[in-house]
Amino acid sequence: MNFAVLQFPASNCDQDAVHVLRNVLGHSARLLWHKENSLGGADAVIIPGGFSYGDYLRTGAIARFSPVMEAVQTFAANGGLVLGICNGFQILCEAGLLPGALIRNRSLQFRCEQVFLKTITTDSPFTRLVPPEKLLRLPIAHGEGCYFADEETLAKLSAGNQILWRYVSVQGEATESANPNGSLDNIAGICNEGRNVAGLMPHPERASEPILGCADGRLIFESLIHALKQRPAARTAA
Amino acid sequence: MRRSLDFSFAMKAKIIITPKKAVVDPQGKTVQNALAHMGYTGVGAVHVGKYLEIELAESDKEVARRQIDDACHKFLSNPVIEDYQFEIE
Repeated sequence: MNFAVLQFPASNCDQDAVHVLRNVLGHSARLLWHKENSLGGADAVIIPGGFSYGDYLRTGAIARFSPVMEAVQTFAANGGLVLGICNGFQILCEAGLLPGALIRNRSLQFRCEQVFLKTITTDSPFTRLVPPEKLLRLPIAHGEGCYFADEETLAKLSAGNQILWRYVSVQGEATESANPNGSLDNIAGICNEGRNVAGLMPHPERASEPILGCADGRLIFESLIHALKQRPAARTAA
Repeated sequence: MRRSLDFSFAMKAKIIITPKKAVVDPQGKTVQNALAHMGYTGVGAVHVGKYLEIELAESDKEVARRQIDDACHKFLSNPVIEDYQFEIE
């Protein structure tokens, strides 16, 4: 498969994402500078973590207006698979490709630690291969990861089975102490109604090899690759 | 040597962006607690927002107003979590 990993000024997880896709999973992945206005025929898009545009104004607020994001909008509207990680999740929310917003952590602290995630549904291209009972142990590193949406949006997310991951305790319970940032309903990641665009705050690309202490993140990328193999090619070429 | 300006900025927009009431504002809460700790009594809820000043070359106030309203809605604020108000002078 052919992945495009977007690169904005101050993206900093772009190389990690390329490394996992290329060297760990054996697929083609290339970096795409934010000034590009085409995705060059990519099968899927990864919007990596970082601090695009210095997080000025609001996280993701400036990145969403870059030329490459116009191409992503078209790609997503045609059903193309897009995964936003950390700052990528923030950018997707600002772009309106995912509902809600990510605001300052409730604690006001930058949180850099391991969390446990429960996969709420395997009915998405991003979670298909995650064993239903398995908790994912992934690192987080963010200051603005508190997921917020109004009540109506939250109800819609829940009814539409769009909540993909929740922060949970090691026992698998969505408790307050397992919630690192104050996200509503312990939400760690969601997808859009079309189920082709997803975002999460934790970093699967930093936990996809045993040498890094945990390879749970692989399951998310492998789900994505599995989904791509099932789809008719070139349907979403942009 | 003084650089000549292409524009003269006839007007200025003053924009205030605040978190919506439904959004938890831990920064405001922390400032409120600090004020109380410092001995300022009778301090209620604090909301921390942003203030922007934008110079405008536009001379028609109504056109400027529409332009700034559009920019606030699309970019300068996020309607999911923030409210804005502004004046043009």
